[in-house]
Amino acid sequence: MSAAPDLPLWAALLVSALVIAGALVTLIGSIGLWRLPDFYSRLHAPSLGATLGTGAILIGSMICFSVLQSRPLIHEVLIGLFVTLTTPVTLMLLARASLYRDRVEGNRAAPEHDPEPTEL
Amino acid sequence: MNAAAILGWSITLAQVLLVLAMACAAMRFIRGPRAQDRIIGLDTFYVNAMLVLLTLGIRSGATLYFEAALVIGMLGFVGTVALSKFLMRGEVIE
Amino acid sequence: MSLLRRILPHPLLFLALLAMWLLLMQSLSPGQLLLGSLVAFGGCWVMVALDPPPVRMRRPQAAIRLAGRVFVDVFRSNVAVGRIILGDAERRTHSGFMSLRLDLTSSYGLAILAVVLTCTPGTQWVHYDPARRVLMLHVLDLVDEKEWVRIIKQRYEALLMEIFE
Repeated sequence: MSAAPDLPLWAALLVSALVIAGALVTLIGSIGLWRLPDFYSRLHAPSLGATLGTGAILIGSMICFSVLQSRPLIHEVLIGLFVTLTTPVTLMLLARASLYRDRVEGNRAAPEHDPEPTEL
Repeated sequence: MNAAAILGWSITLAQVLLVLAMACAAMRFIRGPRAQDRIIGLDTFYVNAMLVLLTLGIRSGATLYFEAALVIGMLGFVGTVALSKFLMRGEVIE
Repeated sequence: MSLLRRILPHPLLFLALLAMWLLLMQSLSPGQLLLGSLVAFGGCWVMVALDPPPVRMRRPQAAIRLAGRVFVDVFRSNVAVGRIILGDAERRTHSGFMSLRLDLTSSYGLAILAVVLTCTPGTQWVHYDPARRVLMLHVLDLVDEKEWVRIIKQRYEALLMEIFE
């Protein structure tokens, strides 16, 4: 295997667990993209990878580089901030674009009118 | 088995999982059936590629991978927003 | 002071952007200091051009409680959506649209609610009508609408109103 950083054993185990968990959550989200039946359900799938998946891998990376003390953690913080801010924007825009298209075409995938507000 | 080997193998495993995730997203992109399905596949593909770069960065320790991850994230975001705008109105800038 | 304000409208933002640049570049050379100052200066003037309405946070400790709740809920909803995805096909057919009336009107509060609802898998913010104050959502596991209204109103909206209104 190509060289991985030489961490103490506890840190190596922790980083490994976090990175694998993050990758697994991302994979489940992408499987959802494949398995869920219609477009609006599929919209829920990518946020698995964008929240918990990215979060776990970024925290693993932060632990790795703070133990190594080789560089500041600013990249991880920026990537985390960026992903949390951009994912909702893209998903929301896609949902609205798709709703608009479905309504224009008169598909049955989207309701013709907004559902009545549910009251408690 | 020392700590570096454990970390190396786990990162490889994570990369395999992430590449499988990218394959799922690519399948959605190819299959469609509608334009919005393809866009969401592409967006997920971008995010997964960013995560692969992060794992590469943990292995090598080079800052370059993290910068590349940031750039991929940004390009993916701008691309998806432009495509969604196009779906909604037929033009990108109103 | 006023002269400084006129040249440099947001001094704290300037310092934060400069610090971010220097950390990203990992150097303190005069060239990077100059470049970083230019970038931070531009960022400040972009902020002036955008002219965002001022944020009034009433209770910062409520914001910490909200962050804790969101953290827990992201975990829980990830597990819930993961089980729906990997479970049998019947469970994947309960999705649907729903609406609810919001009492929250602050635009920052609504923006945070949008980010929270979209970032937790299982709920997707679709459309908010400010005239009727009605929010339309898509929910992956739509068995009981009332339960979701209760979650959103009691877990998030009450706290957000405490923070911003």
